[in-house]
Parts: sequence; C-alpha cells; structure tokens
Amino acid sequence: MADSLNGKAAVTGIGETAYTRGTDKSALALMLEASLKAIADAGLSPKDIDGVIPYSLGPVAEDIMTNLGLEDVRFSAQTPMGGASAVAALQCAAAMISAGVAKHVLLALGRRGYSDSRVATRLAAMPQFRLITEFENPIGAIAPAQLYAPMARRHMEMYGTTTEQFAEIAIVMRRHALLNDNAIMQKPLTLADHHASRMISDPFRLFDCSLESDGATAIVVSAADRAKDTRKPVTILGAAEGHPDSPSTITMRPDMTTLGLAKAAPRAFEMAGVKHKDIDVAQIYDCFTYTVICEIEDLGFCKKGEGGAYIEGGRLDLDGDLPTNTHGGLLSQAHIAGMNHVYELVRQLRGEGGRAQVKDAEIGLVTGYGDLGDGSIAIMQRTA
Amino acid sequence: MTEAYLKPLPEPSIDSKPHWDGLREHRLLLQTCSDCGKTRHYPRPVCDACLSMEADWKEASGRGTVYSWTETHHPFHVGFRGETPYILVTVDLAEGVRMQSRLIDGDMSDLRIGLPVEVVYVDATETVTLPMFRIAR
Repeated sequence: MADSLNGKAAVTGIGETAYTRGTDKSALALMLEASLKAIADAGLSPKDIDGVIPYSLGPVAEDIMTNLGLEDVRFSAQTPMGGASAVAALQCAAAMISAGVAKHVLLALGRRGYSDSRVATRLAAMPQFRLITEFENPIGAIAPAQLYAPMARRHMEMYGTTTEQFAEIAIVMRRHALLNDNAIMQKPLTLADHHASRMISDPFRLFDCSLESDGATAIVVSAADRAKDTRKPVTILGAAEGHPDSPSTITMRPDMTTLGLAKAAPRAFEMAGVKHKDIDVAQIYDCFTYTVICEIEDLGFCKKGEGGAYIEGGRLDLDGDLPTNTHGGLLSQAHIAGMNHVYELVRQLRGEGGRAQVKDAEIGLVTGYGDLGDGSIAIMQRTA
Repeated sequence: MTEAYLKPLPEPSIDSKPHWDGLREHRLLLQTCSDCGKTRHYPRPVCDACLSMEADWKEASGRGTVYSWTETHHPFHVGFRGETPYILVTVDLAEGVRMQSRLIDGDMSDLRIGLPVEVVYVDATETVTLPMFRIAR
C-alpha cells in the first residue's frame, strides 16, 4: 500500500548541541544533551519515550535507557546505512508507530567526528565496508573522498559536469551557514577560494568535502494522535529507503552515477501524494558537493546528467526554485550524519528558520546518502 | 634490511583465498559460476545470476579498460605518505567485471574512459601481491 505511512506519524521534538571542532564532552553526553532538548521541545518527559533508534556507530540504545531512566521501551533498532541512517530511521519510526508498537520514538546521533576517530580511519571498522577493506584499502583507496571521486569523475566525463558547478554547491551552502549561528563555517566562500583550496582526491578539493565535527542532534517522532497535543508537529507524508545494485562496493555497481535514492524517491513521492513542484524546501545530504548534484537527479528534479546545469543560477538559494540546505549542510554547518538535515527541515516547516527561513515553506523533503550509495528520503508537511 | 610495511594488507577470507593465492603466482584468478558461466568479482559465495554456490577459478586475461579514476593528493593513511599524488583507476576487465586498482605509469592527462590498460603484479610483501595496472603497450 503506497500510502501506508502517510500521516501516521509526526516529528514533534528537535534538539541539537553546539556544533564544534573540538569538545571535552563524550559522544554519549552530547547525544543525551540533544535528546533531552528534543524531548522537552516536544513537551514530553523521558518516561513518555517508548522507542529508541540510536545511530549505528557510537552509544547504543541501552546507554539512552540507562541515562534517561526509560522504563518501558518497547522497541529499539538501528539503521546502519551511514549517512542514510538518520532519514531511514524516520521510516523505521513511522512504521513501528503505524504498527502500534510505540507512541514516541527518540532518534539520537552524537559523535566526536573531529575529536575522535576521523572519517578516513573509521571505515575499516564497519562490516559493510568489508570488501573495500580487503580489496581496495591495500592499493590505497582508503577514505570516502577517494571512493566517491570516481563517481564524480565518471559524471563529469559522461555529462560534462564541471568543478565550477561543484563550487556553486559549496558557495550556496556557505551562504546559508552565514545565516545560522550554530554553523561552524562563518566566513564567506568565493569561487576563487574554492579553486584555490588544496586537492584532496581529484576532482574533490578541500571545499568539496564535508566537515569533520563534534556534536549531536536528536528527533522525537510521535504517533499522529499524540502529536496533535504537542507544540508544533510536522507531519511525515512519505518515507522510504533504497539501495543501489551491488551495494557492497561502489566499484561493483553497474552504473556508478545512480544511487539508491533513485529507487527510494518515487516510493516516497507516491506515498506522500505530492509532486516535485510542491516541494518548498529541501535538505539534501551533502557529504561532497557532487553528491548533491547526483541526488537532485535521482530525486527526479531533472534528468540524469542534467544536475550540474540544474543547480546553476541561484536555484538552491533561499528564494530559488529549490532552496537547499538552509542550515549550511554538512559542507558548512556540521557533519552530524544528516540528523542535522532532519532538524533543519522541521525548523523550516515550523516557520522557525530565523534568518534562513524560506518564505511560506509548507512541504519539504530531506534525504540521506550513506556508505556506498544507500539512499533515504522523507517528505514532511507543516501543520495547518 | 626489512623495512616495516605500513600500508593496509588484505586479510583473505575463505571465499577469497584462491584469488590472493593466484596473485602470489602472478595470475589474476576470477570466480566463474560452474552452472551458468557468469564471472564475478570481488569474490563471494553466490552467483547473482543463477544463485549457484559452485564456482571455478579461471585465469583472467589481465586486460581491461578505464571506467573512471581519481588522483589522490591527501595521504589518508600513514602507509601512503610520501607516495602522493597517486592515481586510482576503476578498471572494467575484459571478462566483464570491475575492480579498483592503481595506475602505476601514466598521468592524469593520459586518462579517458575506455583507455586500454593491462595488469602488472606488484609484490607488496613476501606473501602478498597486489594487482595494479599500466597503460596497455
């Protein structure tokens, strides 16, 4: 049933810590700080939480239950899809709520991505990277920048996508970060700055890569009948995850320029009953500049290969056709694995976007992009 | 005389050991489904075309073409310091499978989709040989 999750659940609470490079707090402490803020934001108390979905790396469900004194958690789960986890967890929460298992589900993600293990060294410990660890690490393909760069190169060669278009993504994200007091990057970025930044793994320069940062974000998802009593619920209209063919490595994938999101997006749009023109604001997972272009294609806003041209001309600006990453994204706000994208979509649809508020934002979408092409998407609507 | 080898080394699994054993003998062995004949790589237990779990190891031609590439400038691992920049190539082998490898001669201006390349065996340690590529001669 295509409409199975539509309207069954709503985001009722959001919480975030300060996003920093450097912290003396543990990942667990950060995660609990954000969780308490999200629960309070929903007008709930911890004892109301009966489902928990922690991020798949770091503190686990038991940590949350023990610290917050949760006495009657009815389900816990993880959605281990890297950067697609946060949005995939929205689908998981909505499904468990729809099935009647839980009423208020806490999603929490805390990390010391700057202060602890850096991204390059974290992958080898993840079981979903097993084949990359065995066959690609030894020849020198270690970090996501190196694994994703061939996707970007292939897109450039096939479709004429340019580094100027990559830079445009970075510049727009930075412009939005300047409007956000909780964004790490607070200096304007120009095309010249982008092109002058050091090469990491061609075609990715430093400013094509997302930040390594410390912080936490948490979300409360509630059953629709419980949500209506909360301060400002935002309804989940559609949610889906999708996996690329041969998801174990990018190398093995038949078409390197198509992600799992291409499978998830049509499901989410159909479930939500909305069209692309109905989307007022988008939070698109931006681990690299190129990824945004690829996802915009896989979402169906333009055809495959046309994403580079699509993002030109201010289209992603606050007053453009598709205002995107209004918080600054992973590129310029912080890398909280996309839970910060969920937070920002809710903030926008509540009309609480501050200086970055998109005028009359009623319906929006958020995506996740994980590991080796896993995709997730949620479409949400403000409450009338 | 032995210098410490600092780069990551493969830990062959039961499923992949014949491939690594072949490389030590400077042979690129790929799994071919015993039932439907489809070649697969990286090594794994089941044929995704016919679901057979029987496979034969057959020596590949070592020839292929470039599917994509990147030149890495930042050393993400201590073992690759002093080696940057280096080129990673994604190679479509003549046998119809793809692998990630290194281009050990040639530079960025040589690269294009479809460029013919051929395997070169690089003995990394006494027990591990890595398959790398050069532009076909």
